[in-house]
Amino acid sequence: MPEENVGNRQTVAPTAIKPESSPAEAQRSLRSPGTAADEVPTIVAVPGPRKAKQDRPPAIDQGIWRMNRRNFLSVAGWLGFLGFIFASVVGALRYMFPRVLFEPPEKFKAGFPDEYVIGEVNEKYKDEQRVWIVREREGFYALIAICTHLGCTPRWLQAEEKFKCPCHGSGYYKDGINFEGPTPRPLERAMITLADDGQILVDKSIKFRYELGEWGKPGSFLKYTGT
Amino acid sequence: MPGLMEKFRKTDVYKSIFRHSYQDTQRNRALQIVDNVFLHLHPVRVSRHATNLSYTWGMGGITLLLFLVTIITGVILMFYYRPTAQYAYEDMKYLMNDVPFGPLIRNMHRWAAHAMVITVMLHMFRVFLTGSYKPPRQFNWVVGVILLVLTFLLSFTGYLLPWDQLSIWAVTVGTNMARATPLLGHEGPFGPELGMRPDNDVRFLLLGGTQVGPPTLLRFYVLHCIFLPLVASIFMAVHFWRVRKDGGISGPETVKRISS
Repeated sequence: MPEENVGNRQTVAPTAIKPESSPAEAQRSLRSPGTAADEVPTIVAVPGPRKAKQDRPPAIDQGIWRMNRRNFLSVAGWLGFLGFIFASVVGALRYMFPRVLFEPPEKFKAGFPDEYVIGEVNEKYKDEQRVWIVREREGFYALIAICTHLGCTPRWLQAEEKFKCPCHGSGYYKDGINFEGPTPRPLERAMITLADDGQILVDKSIKFRYELGEWGKPGSFLKYTGT
Repeated sequence: MPGLMEKFRKTDVYKSIFRHSYQDTQRNRALQIVDNVFLHLHPVRVSRHATNLSYTWGMGGITLLLFLVTIITGVILMFYYRPTAQYAYEDMKYLMNDVPFGPLIRNMHRWAAHAMVITVMLHMFRVFLTGSYKPPRQFNWVVGVILLVLTFLLSFTGYLLPWDQLSIWAVTVGTNMARATPLLGHEGPFGPELGMRPDNDVRFLLLGGTQVGPPTLLRFYVLHCIFLPLVASIFMAVHFWRVRKDGGISGPETVKRISS
């Protein structure tokens, strides 16, 4: 490519453009003299009315709507999709919470008071119900056999007069007060009452916690001094 | 015989599976990696320092190996094990006493699982010591932490499956911690205020009941055999792919200076 040629055009081009084109376009042609040979005809040509792009919707007054129809459909589609996913997740979570539990009932009858021996920790209902029923001179209380440390089942050691948890060694006195091991609080007591038929009725869903001062509440202790 | 092998090499079946020869050129070696769906997670090139055992300890690779061992032996165990309260313990006993090679398979599964926890932690320790968690690898560190948690969860859920006293009480103790979950546990901060009870909190979700029972066994079985391995596999794929994308195994500064 002969360089003189390019040089000539550079001087000619601005003067030729001036009457018709804007100063900005003239400047652009000055800045890139290397390609001026190709640009000259396009610059000289009178620019016609700008052709509207086909995929651009005509500018319309949207009124109070801040979104045009295409965006609305897009947003609606995404909201529908996200709503479906959200509902599916919620449904799957709900699915994991069954309506029926096949677990032993919270309430059970524990026989007649006369069947118990004074001073004894009765383990008859421990396996099925996880409850000890203790008979004292003044009456009964029901200790829930769930270690308040981490939920194992302690053992009643008759010789040592204490409840001892095999998991981490927590120990409780006969009344349920903790005295050794890592457990932070005493055993819980369940509601114990007399049913209409004279049997002892234990309700595990109502619990009494010593540290909350609940062991004096009605139902935490069944007064019984009969034979 | 060689002629037969030669004929076999020309079949479409052989060429579909083994798409590249053993030709020892840079291009061919790269193609062997890139064109394999499993190998392509692996970096195409491994720098010399990355093969140094005293640098990586090989812990990531050993972890993957142990994971594969547990997958294979686990599938084999599933042929005999029934995840119901009635049969679980007896099936475990049956496997250990009567099934041919049963004790071998179960112990391989058990020991590989134990070892995997150890190797995952050693791998993490190595990554920490070599500073491989630093940018640009910080995302892969996060993926690795998720994989660590998944490994623990796999161990924990597998622990219940023998359904003996040890496993039941261990899981009782372990899941009792979920009671204290903030917001979602019935003994956790703000749990009771949000209406959490023993029969609707996050521990219930895990156990399928208010105590460890038959539904717990089934849930843990499904988590252990399907859900967690699936999630772990996905994260492992991301983990290996990220190693490649972040420029392979990190190298010590001195190695970089010599090679550049």
